[in-house]
Amino acid sequence: MIEIKDLHKSYKMGSNSLHVLKGINFSVKEGELVAIMGSSGSGKSTLLNILGMLDEANSGEYTLDGVPIKDLNETKAAKYRNKFLGFVFQSFNLINYKNAMENVALPLYYQKMGRKERQEKALKYLGQVGLTEWATHLPNELSGGQKQRVAIARAMAAEPKVLLADEPTGALDSTTSFEVMDLIQKINDQGNTILVVTHEDDIAHMCKRIVHLKDGVIVKDEKVKQVRASEYV
Amino acid sequence: MFSRDNWKEIFETIQKNKLRTFLSGFTVALGILIFVILFGFGNGLINTFDDFFSDDATNVFYVFRGRTTMPYKGYKSNRQIEFDNSDLADIEKNFALFLEYTTPRISRQDTVKFKEESNNYTTQAVASSHQYAEKTIMMKGRFLNKNDIENKTKYAVIGRLVEEDLFGAKNSIGKYIDIGGSVFKVVGVFQDDGGDNEERIIYMPYTTRQLIEKNTDEIDQIIVGFKPEIGYAGAMAFERSLNSFIREKKYINPKDQNGIFIRNVADQLKQNQQFARVLQIIVGFVAFGTIIAGIIGISNIMVFVVKERTKELGIRKALGATPKSVIGTILLESVFITTISGFIGMLIGIAVLSSFGEKLKDFFITNPYIDLTMATVATIVLIIFGAIAGYVPARRAARIKPIVALRDD
Repeated sequence: MIEIKDLHKSYKMGSNSLHVLKGINFSVKEGELVAIMGSSGSGKSTLLNILGMLDEANSGEYTLDGVPIKDLNETKAAKYRNKFLGFVFQSFNLINYKNAMENVALPLYYQKMGRKERQEKALKYLGQVGLTEWATHLPNELSGGQKQRVAIARAMAAEPKVLLADEPTGALDSTTSFEVMDLIQKINDQGNTILVVTHEDDIAHMCKRIVHLKDGVIVKDEKVKQVRASEYV
Repeated sequence: MFSRDNWKEIFETIQKNKLRTFLSGFTVALGILIFVILFGFGNGLINTFDDFFSDDATNVFYVFRGRTTMPYKGYKSNRQIEFDNSDLADIEKNFALFLEYTTPRISRQDTVKFKEESNNYTTQAVASSHQYAEKTIMMKGRFLNKNDIENKTKYAVIGRLVEEDLFGAKNSIGKYIDIGGSVFKVVGVFQDDGGDNEERIIYMPYTTRQLIEKNTDEIDQIIVGFKPEIGYAGAMAFERSLNSFIREKKYINPKDQNGIFIRNVADQLKQNQQFARVLQIIVGFVAFGTIIAGIIGISNIMVFVVKERTKELGIRKALGATPKSVIGTILLESVFITTISGFIGMLIGIAVLSSFGEKLKDFFITNPYIDLTMATVATIVLIIFGAIAGYVPARRAARIKPIVALRDD
C-alpha cells in the first residue's frame, strides 16, 4: 500500500537547516495497523505529514497504492488527499459552524457527490461511530471523545485507502482514548490500513506493528501482539 | 463552479456566520447608501441652482437708463437719460440680424379695484413679446398681442395671485377692473415661476399706458431678446455694440459708468453654469472618495474574513479542497454578499432621496435624485473591487500549505 525509499526532509531555520528525516525506508501493506512512535522532535509528525501529502519531502520516493507521489501541485495533492487519505488530528479540526453530519459529509462534497447521497452516507458513518443521535449537534456541543469520533467518521466517509491519525488520543483522557482506539481497531478489523502517530506506549501497543523513530531514522520496526482496547473500556 | 450544490454550501456558510456576513454586507450597503445620498444631494443643489435662474429667458438684455456722471459733447453731467419709442425702432432697425424681439417696459404702482375689493399692484406696460422674456405661462385666456399694442386697447393680463385677491374663486376673464382710474378688461391670467411677487403683476399694452399718460412716447426700460444661435461670444459682441450704439445716440461719454446699464443674462448664465459645473465636480469628488472608502472597507473585511477562515480552509484542503474551490468559495460568498447588500443600500438610498423631495429646500437641496445608471455603475464598481480585494487574500489562503493552516489557532 505504502512504499517509501530513502526519504529526506530538512527545514531551513534561518542560516542553518534542520535535518528532520534522514533517509526513511518503510513500507505498509494493506490492512496493517501501524504505530509510529518516537519522542518529540524525532520526526514522526513530519513523516505523517509527508505521507498525508500535507508536506513535501526533499528527496526520496513515495508510492501510494501503486501511484508514485511526486511533482505535486496543490490541485493534484488535493485530489489525491481526497481520493486516498483520511485524516484524524489531535485537535479534531472539525468545522465549528457545521454540525456533525455536515462535517462528515464535507469530504464527499469535494468528491462531487450529490447532496442527498452525501447526507445518507454521512449518517451511515456517524452510525458506525455510534453518534447517530448527535448528527445535528455542533462540535462545541460534543465532548472531546465524541468530536474525535466525528473526525474518524469524516475520515472514513471518503472511503480512503489509508487512514492517518496524528496523536488521535493526545487531547483525550485515558478512558476516552481507549474508546477511540477501540473504534480504530474495529475499523482496522474491516480491512482498512491505518497509521497512528503516538508517543504513548499503551496506545502504540494497541496496534499490530510499531515503528520507532529517533532523530530522523527508523531505529526499530517490530510486529507486536495487539492489545485490544475493548479490554479496558 | 456555479452548481446548485455550491450555492447551497455558500448559503449555509453565510447563514451560519452571521456576524461576518453582517460586517461585510453592512460596509458595502453603507458605502453605497452614502454614495447615493451624497450624489443625490449634489444633484439637488444643482436643481436648486437651476431653479433660481430658469425663471427668465437667458437670451435677453435688459437696458436700464440712469443719470450721467460725466459731461460729454456739450452736455452737462447729471443728466437724466430718457428712452422713447424711436429708440426701440432704431435698435430693431440696426440690429435686425441679431434680434429676435424687443419690448419696452413701463412699470407703475397702481390701485386696482374690482367691485368692493381693491389693492395696490405693480403694472407693467409691455409689448406682446414680453411674454418670451419673462417666460410668462398663461393659465387662462391670452397674453397681449400685436393688435392690442397697435389699437391701444384697454386690455389687461393679470397674475394668478391678483385674480385670487380680487376675484376669489370666481373667473376673472372678460370682467372689467379699475386700474388707477381707467377701466380695463381682463383677457388673461398668468403664472410665473419667479415667485409670489411676479404673480402679483398686471400687464397692459405699453401704448395704452403712454396714451393714459398724456400721449407721451417715453419708456422706462428696453428689453432686447437676441437669437440664441449667436452663442455666448456673439451675445457679448452684441452687448458691446448695443452699448456703444445707445451711448452714441444719447450722447453719453463712452467712459461713463452710469447713464445706461445693460444687464446681460448670458454672462450670468455662463457664470452660473460654471458654478454648477464646479459644484458637480466637488460632488463627484466626494462621491468618488466614498466609493474608495467603501472599497478599502470591503478589502479590510475580506482580509479579516480570510484570516479568520485560515484554519477552516486548511481543514477543507486536507479533506480534498482544491485551490480553485477555495478561491471560488471565498469569492462567490463575498460577491454574493456585496451584490445583495450593495443593491439593498442602493435602493434604500434612492428611497431616502425620493422621500426628501422638496423638504430640504431650505438647505438649497431640491428634489435630490441619482439616475439609476449612475447608482448601478457605482454598485457594480464596488462589487468588482470587493471581488478583486477578496481575490488577493483568497489566493494566498489557497496557496498556504494545509499543514501551516491547520497549525493556525
